Amino acid sequence: MEKLINITLKVWRQRGPQEKGAFETYQLENISTESSFLEMLDVLNEKLVKERKEPVVFDHDCREGICGMCSLYINGHPHGKDQEVTTCQLHMRRFNDGDTITIEPWRSAAFPVIRDLMVDRSAFDKIMQAGGYTSVNTGGIPDANAIPIPKPIADEAMDAASCIGCGACVAACKNGSAMLFVSAKVSQLALLPQGKVEAAKRVKAMIAKMDELGFGNCTNTGACEAECPKAVSISNIARLNREFICAKLKD
Amino acid sequence: MWLTSSSVGRKLIMSISGLFLIMFLAFHMSMNLVAIVSSEAYNAVCGFLGSNWYAVAGTAVLAAGVFVHFAYAIMLTLQNRKARGEQRYAVSENQKSVEWSSQNMFVLGAIVIIGLAIHLSHFWAHMMLPELAGNEELLLTADGTTYAATDGAGLISYTFKNPINVVLYVIWLVALWFHLTHGMWSAIQTIGWNNKIWMCRWKLISNIFATVVCFGFMAVVVYGYFA
Amino acid sequence: MATIDSKIPKGPLAQKWTNYKNHQKLVNPANKRKLDIIVVGTGLAGASAAASLGALGFNVLNFCIQDSPRRAHSIAAQGGINAAKNYQNDGDSVYRLFYDTIKGGDYRAREANVYRLAEVSNSIIDQCVAQGVPFAREYGGLLDNRSFGGAQVSRTFYAKGQTGQQLLLGAYSALSRQVNKGTVKLYTRYEMLDVVIIEGRARGIIARNLVTGKIERFFGHAVVIGTGGYGNTYFLSTNAMGSNGSAAMQIYRKGAYFANPCYAQIHPTCIPVHGDIQSKLTLMSESLRNDGRIWVPKKLEDAKAIQEGRKTANDIPDEDRDFYLERRYPAFGNLVPRDVASRAAKERCDKGFGVNNTGLAVFLDFKYAIQRLGKDVVAQKYGNLFQMYEKITDENPYEVPMKIFPAIHYTMGGIWVDYELMTSIPGLFAIGEANFSDHGANRLGASALMQGLADGYFVLPYTIQNYLADQIQVPRMSTDLPEFAEAEKAVQDKINKLMSIQGNESVDSIHKRLGHIMWEYVGMGRTKEGLETAMKKLKELKKDFWSNVYIPGEANTLNTELEKALRLSDFLEIGYLMAIDGYNRNESCGGHFREEYQTEEGEALRQDDQYSYVACWKYTGENSDPELLKEPLDYEETERKTRNYKN
Repeated sequence: MEKLINITLKVWRQRGPQEKGAFETYQLENISTESSFLEMLDVLNEKLVKERKEPVVFDHDCREGICGMCSLYINGHPHGKDQEVTTCQLHMRRFNDGDTITIEPWRSAAFPVIRDLMVDRSAFDKIMQAGGYTSVNTGGIPDANAIPIPKPIADEAMDAASCIGCGACVAACKNGSAMLFVSAKVSQLALLPQGKVEAAKRVKAMIAKMDELGFGNCTNTGACEAECPKAVSISNIARLNREFICAKLKD
Repeated sequence: MWLTSSSVGRKLIMSISGLFLIMFLAFHMSMNLVAIVSSEAYNAVCGFLGSNWYAVAGTAVLAAGVFVHFAYAIMLTLQNRKARGEQRYAVSENQKSVEWSSQNMFVLGAIVIIGLAIHLSHFWAHMMLPELAGNEELLLTADGTTYAATDGAGLISYTFKNPINVVLYVIWLVALWFHLTHGMWSAIQTIGWNNKIWMCRWKLISNIFATVVCFGFMAVVVYGYFA
Repeated sequence: MATIDSKIPKGPLAQKWTNYKNHQKLVNPANKRKLDIIVVGTGLAGASAAASLGALGFNVLNFCIQDSPRRAHSIAAQGGINAAKNYQNDGDSVYRLFYDTIKGGDYRAREANVYRLAEVSNSIIDQCVAQGVPFAREYGGLLDNRSFGGAQVSRTFYAKGQTGQQLLLGAYSALSRQVNKGTVKLYTRYEMLDVVIIEGRARGIIARNLVTGKIERFFGHAVVIGTGGYGNTYFLSTNAMGSNGSAAMQIYRKGAYFANPCYAQIHPTCIPVHGDIQSKLTLMSESLRNDGRIWVPKKLEDAKAIQEGRKTANDIPDEDRDFYLERRYPAFGNLVPRDVASRAAKERCDKGFGVNNTGLAVFLDFKYAIQRLGKDVVAQKYGNLFQMYEKITDENPYEVPMKIFPAIHYTMGGIWVDYELMTSIPGLFAIGEANFSDHGANRLGASALMQGLADGYFVLPYTIQNYLADQIQVPRMSTDLPEFAEAEKAVQDKINKLMSIQGNESVDSIHKRLGHIMWEYVGMGRTKEGLETAMKKLKELKKDFWSNVYIPGEANTLNTELEKALRLSDFLEIGYLMAIDGYNRNESCGGHFREEYQTEEGEALRQDDQYSYVACWKYTGENSDPELLKEPLDYEETERKTRNYKN
């Protein structure tokens, strides 16, 4: 049932990547528990604009948990404490009247802050560009049913492919490692016959790019999996390691 | 060389050296248990592992394993801190499923290393080291008793008579237990020998293994205290 | 009146595309490298076009407003993608897919385009599988299909409830490959603000770097717009927050026709509105209607009790439930097309049978499916959608029925294009939801993904060459040309003007007012008077906006309020276009329902003799109404009938 709550927000404000940031505190009153977390921030921004101040900048787009654009570190958790949700799906009913909510940007050397809570995640695109694809041009493809794929394999590939590239894994990892992201893509394509063809080349290229961009080394803490809004499994990391080690041993 | 230049390669070095040390621990622990059964038998084992070439070679490899594991731990930890960025989170907490030990492997490892140093000063320094130095003199202790370098059993009961040592070893073994519960399955995961089904199994095996090893060691400590 | 040439190739319907490809002009590989193509947007259409053009060897510049191409709103499509593979042996064919689409579009789509769409649909599935899209499969290892609204065959391919995501990631990975090869250059966090026309041809764009606020100029031998639809005119819609119609409006103001703006699709299965501060509506996939049954109470007192919280859905026995879609449309039941399902829901709620506190919701019940199939099967099919629903509403759909209500979802109208997907400005193309071409007055489920990818992978890469073949002699132009300078200045002036208003109302609050006007008067049921009121109110609102909007901060840096204001200034114009087009179209068809034109049973009543045309609106100036041009829709193959989903 709908309730109205009063909350205190501690929001990270930072003008630019090189500038020093700091927390600012805001009070919000009568926030409906039925509203989403981002709608609550909309209310804050509307209030700030009314006071002729600059609104808090944060990334968001689809607001239904699939585009991977929203990226807030809320009370010590990427996308908040609620599990298997993105920030946009987090609802205010998870908070209580009088709560203080601390909101920070993703913090990782590979994700520099652009402004306030908005970070630059183009490193993920660069990893994808290094090899996260099958090398097929448009057209001239055999029939889709030409190669049967066992359902369990297809399902497992789908589970890996459900990664939305939000970066919560990197944000949650004490090592700033991007292994869950990379492993999800490598797994998806390594499982499917279409992707197997160049699996070895792909895994080497993607790992090399990941290392080059300054992501950390995975120490299997599992924080990524626990915070992943799509519950991508760290068993994919095992597969990534396997693929990589085998590829290197074959060289 | 991909082993040292890639993140997965470096982790593989940690993993292989870790698994090697795990195997050694299993061996050491089973050897120790002999002390509870029979002092003579234990001393025979000690004699067998004295200053023979294979024991020395084994010790050297072991030392190399510890060194590699530790050196890479420092290197990876520094790299990881850098990757995390300069600005730390003001508020941070873990989901329940994240093992405490996994987040503190370096600290646990450091405790294990300190424990190891103490342990070496207690035993190795009085057993293999004097033999290697050709120094066959007996160890003269504060209470006036003497122990031969081959009398491991005697050294055990002497060392653990001291409750301070018991406490130190218990701390050491608890840290080792935490280190192993995460370290063992993590090593398997890094090699890539894991999947969804085996994830829980490996974690369980790690827990059982860590518990058996640490209890095995602990048993000898307690035995030494009461014997 | 200017005549409109849609350049439909000669020959029988089934041969047109083949004939076209056989006779079109091509660009040889050495020349492709010398030609720059600007593609704006990285959704299914934009990304697939950029990737395909890059693979052919063109030099592509690809723009998106998000931080990564993978964020485009195509990603949110849940249900699936249609193709005429007939893998199920249930009688599907290219013709049947064509026919269903034409019929579903209420006979307001261009036959030749739709036929081509159905023809290339099969190649899309092949392409996606080769990219590693993990479509759902049967235990035998072959692809699975499900049924969707408006069709009597199972032709929809899907990847859990995340089909759009998987298809977009496929296109995105193909795009990433081209970026790696250097054929495509990505410009993320860039927003197009105008098109540059030189000697009557599109030759580039002006774009704003959203991070630095810098206005930049880009040259292209051709410009392709794949920027999606304009559903956010209503403020509340299932579109992403950033989805906008600005690129379409920019080219409209430069002379591209805007076609059928009033055709907006209202999706029947969205989560109902909860309150004033709501920012968007969440769609629940149409695929849910495969197994969910839609109902409201039969008795008004039961509905009242539910609205007041005295009763819950589970208190109503089966015999007191009105499965109104099954009652009204026995042949299609819960799987009638979206416009029909939406209006039926509105009809029940208008009569007082709504089932939440606002009276604006109906039940979508899985009790029967769980009884029939078991909870596990239902969970496997719809688990992620159920989870999403529970996260948003805090209600468990396995135990209590979902509550749903129609919401703005997709816009069939858009930039007018000819058979080659070229707008009325030479060298300027529009693809995907941004154009108007394939869905007529109503789009069938799982057809948007099909159209976006068809345009990007298999149509534009051919048709654009027919244009570019004549352009191989044109050297890359300098962006210092006066046309670029003028366009940039106009953009800068507009921004300066917005920044200088310094009024008292926030962008969002004006946008919400626009949304209320649109939903009230240009929503599910429209009337002549209502549309007149809407046009009047929209003019006033536009005045308010230009005199009272407040944008904090500066223009020459990251400024999210300025971004929103620029988009809103265009939404205000689109709203007006929608209203004037709806006012002109004195009939009910598909997504455009004029209450004056309905049968006794409340079904849409078309006026084929007067309105079998595409309404193309031509910009005539800032303060004058647009001019209407008509492209007649001559049907060679199909006979227009009243849509019948009853038997």
